[in-house]
Amino acid sequence: MNAPILKLFGLVLVLFAALLAMTSYNSVINADAYRENKLNARPQIEEQRIHRGAIRARDRSVLARSLQGDDDLYKRAYTPAGGLFAHAIGYDFLRSGRAGLEREYNDELTGERSELTSIFDELRGKQRVGDNVLTNLDPDAQRVAIEALQGRKGSVVAIEPATGKVRVMVSTPGYDPNKLDTKAGDGAPLFNRATQGGYVPGSTMKVVTAAAALDSGEFEPDSQVSGKSPIDIGGAPLANFSDEQFGNITLTQALTNSVNTVWGQVAEKLGHDTMGEYMKRFGFGTDPPLDYPDSQMRPSGVFDIKRERFLPLDSDQVDIGRVGIGQERLNVTPLQMATVAATVANRGVRMEPHLADRVVDVDGRTVERIEPKEAERVMDADSAAQLTQMMSNVVREGTGVGAALEGIEVAGKTGTAELNIAQRINQPWFIGFAPLNNARIAVAVTLENIQGAQSQGGAVAAPIAKVVMQELLK
Amino acid sequence: MNARNRELFALIPASLLLTAGFAAVFIQRDELLSTVSLTYGAIFLALCLAAHLVLRMTLPDADPYLFPLVAVLACFGLVMLYRLDEDFAREQAQWFVVGLIVFTATIVGLRQDHRVLERYRYVIALGGIMLLLLPRLGSPTNGAYLSFSMGPISFQPAELAKIAIVIFLASYLRDTRQVLVVGARRFMGITFPPLKHLGPLLAVWGTAMVLLFVIQDLGSSLMFFGGFLALVYVATNRISFVIIGLGLFALGARVLYAIRPTIESRVDGWLHPFDPELYNQQVGGSYQIAQSIFTQADGGFFGQGFGQALISVGDGPPLLPAAHTDFIYAVITDELGLLGAIAVLLVYLLIVERGFKTAMLATDSFSKLLATGLTAVLALQVFVIVGGVTKLIPLTGVTLPFISYGGSSIVANFILLALLLLVSDRARREAQEVR
Repeated sequence: MNAPILKLFGLVLVLFAALLAMTSYNSVINADAYRENKLNARPQIEEQRIHRGAIRARDRSVLARSLQGDDDLYKRAYTPAGGLFAHAIGYDFLRSGRAGLEREYNDELTGERSELTSIFDELRGKQRVGDNVLTNLDPDAQRVAIEALQGRKGSVVAIEPATGKVRVMVSTPGYDPNKLDTKAGDGAPLFNRATQGGYVPGSTMKVVTAAAALDSGEFEPDSQVSGKSPIDIGGAPLANFSDEQFGNITLTQALTNSVNTVWGQVAEKLGHDTMGEYMKRFGFGTDPPLDYPDSQMRPSGVFDIKRERFLPLDSDQVDIGRVGIGQERLNVTPLQMATVAATVANRGVRMEPHLADRVVDVDGRTVERIEPKEAERVMDADSAAQLTQMMSNVVREGTGVGAALEGIEVAGKTGTAELNIAQRINQPWFIGFAPLNNARIAVAVTLENIQGAQSQGGAVAAPIAKVVMQELLK
Repeated sequence: MNARNRELFALIPASLLLTAGFAAVFIQRDELLSTVSLTYGAIFLALCLAAHLVLRMTLPDADPYLFPLVAVLACFGLVMLYRLDEDFAREQAQWFVVGLIVFTATIVGLRQDHRVLERYRYVIALGGIMLLLLPRLGSPTNGAYLSFSMGPISFQPAELAKIAIVIFLASYLRDTRQVLVVGARRFMGITFPPLKHLGPLLAVWGTAMVLLFVIQDLGSSLMFFGGFLALVYVATNRISFVIIGLGLFALGARVLYAIRPTIESRVDGWLHPFDPELYNQQVGGSYQIAQSIFTQADGGFFGQGFGQALISVGDGPPLLPAAHTDFIYAVITDELGLLGAIAVLLVYLLIVERGFKTAMLATDSFSKLLATGLTAVLALQVFVIVGGVTKLIPLTGVTLPFISYGGSSIVANFILLALLLLVSDRARREAQEVR
């Protein structure tokens, strides 16, 4: 009977080999897929067991940190109370999930290392601890911006032109991330208007049109264009604000007084291809290169509501004359318009915006530094200098005087997208930068649905930009 | 070196493993490395030494590796249980004492000649079946009638029944194996056993099926029936008998699948563990098997280390249910990785190898069949539970021998070990005398 016993042992070997194969498949071969399975809550729970790194403002004050709970899980606490940086920082909770910088820098904050490093750390008995993230955010300026918005829905973004460091990112209404698991509030507070809000840019778009006009060589700042109103643009009459009449005026004058008919003609003369090319260079048409979750950002461009998609930038389906004055179906984010201002301020070079400055480990060593990175040269330095001069006129004597600072020259452009002309409901805008020739800060300000006689960008948005710049230039 | 001295040396790694394991759990908990870990190791070593002395006095020629291998598994299980819950470990340690007493009693009682068991084969078979029917008096767990409560002690009779049935079959087949072979006829290319003796075999098959219907536990039935087929195969060396048997079992399982919702949901959960509807199903469903796989996925190659597996969160219900019984293999894979799991499987494989070797050494048919059957059911039990936990086969609840928490499992498996050692002692002594 020994032969069948041997064969039986052979069968047991086969069965155990199958067990071994399944165990290998579960624990090693297919482990990553299982760990990413939607039903698997383990990775999230495990991360709550790690002492997550802190997120700090530019002045080193703590914005987010982990506190040990009753069980062996950590819980996130956000300071200052009330959610000063709610949208930029985001949140990280077991129940609500993860958003904002908490999500973008999750690997760093949880101290994720390569498997080999982890094993050595484990052998040395080192507990996994998250790294700290230092941001470029400025609590004082952020507070000033929120106060200036006075509870209205809107957004303020401020960027350092030379580096792309994001200093202010406001979206109102805000929310208190500490109370997120219980209640969010009204007015879509979780929605980050700075990166997700799609608004009609109005006349702030004329900065893009002017950049294309000057840099393409088709126009000079003192090129003369007729400013009579109304004129035919794209097969329909286009009028100036209050149907104001101008004679032959220079582009500088046309920007200072925000003359629609001039910029409509300029854009039509430049054509779809040139306008599309410069919009692309400014970053329209793609998700911004911000260190922020893709799902919480949207591109800017001409949006076809019926088909729920952006049209190609050089599409001949659009009325390019009206794109040139920021109408048509243009749909842009405050972050995009801040980038436009910052690019002009940085002598025509667009920098990638970034919220985080560096990642520092528990012992204070810098693990990773987010270096300034050039995204694209949009226009040559001369064109940028000419455009800067034109924009300074806007603040000195044009629609943007509300943003003028004492002793510091400011360049800017107002915008007033008319959403409902009969009820005088507007989307006021201001984009700009200061000081003029060595800009240290660029801003974009916009508010939703402002009603009344004083609801233009110059009256509503420019004063907000002023106080924010003032604070940041202190 | 004689067999018992080799056994004594082989026990050293087991106690070292135990001490190191407890030390690791303590360090992981940031507690001071107290003398408690050493005490545990010392007590366990003392128990092993006591058992060793019993073997030295009663079965001097028995296989020297079987007991140390079992000791390695047992102490490994004890560390795992200690890590999960100290109370489990304490109770398990007490069960070890009971198990070792029963172990000693079995050896002392049968040391003259274990073949006296043959005389009581029908009593033993009847007793085994009665045992299996006992839980029918109680209420089912997870749809299967598995345990029987007597006061504070919950008892899983299937563990003991498997030994009783192996004893009966070994004895019965010793008598009938010749006629089964000689009278066999070929029909349509398949060799069928003679009708006269087919009857009793069909009776065994029928019993297994009835059990399947009555206790509604596919795992235990698979274990019994697999052990039965292994014995028929070894007794007759006819693979066709095994194929016929497998076909009949598959038929029975198919019928059961069709009429019993618990089996059906187990199979569905096995086929589609990550179907959200099955996963979220309150009763049955695939939550357990999905969690088992997620637990293993955390392990990787080297594991997360003792005490690192995520079993429960706060005071809520455990993430991984039955971590100390059915799913202890998943916890092992999580904390000690694929390497640790391989080590455990390897120890079982070595025990199986020693068991079959004992069977091959044995000179009389009954001892051969007994050792084969006991080894086969042990191997099958490991296959059924590890296969279930790893999603190789549908999940059914049997214990992982010597590792899972559970008194009846420990006691029964120590009886199984005692019987193997009894066969081994006689076989090896006879082999030496011949030489």
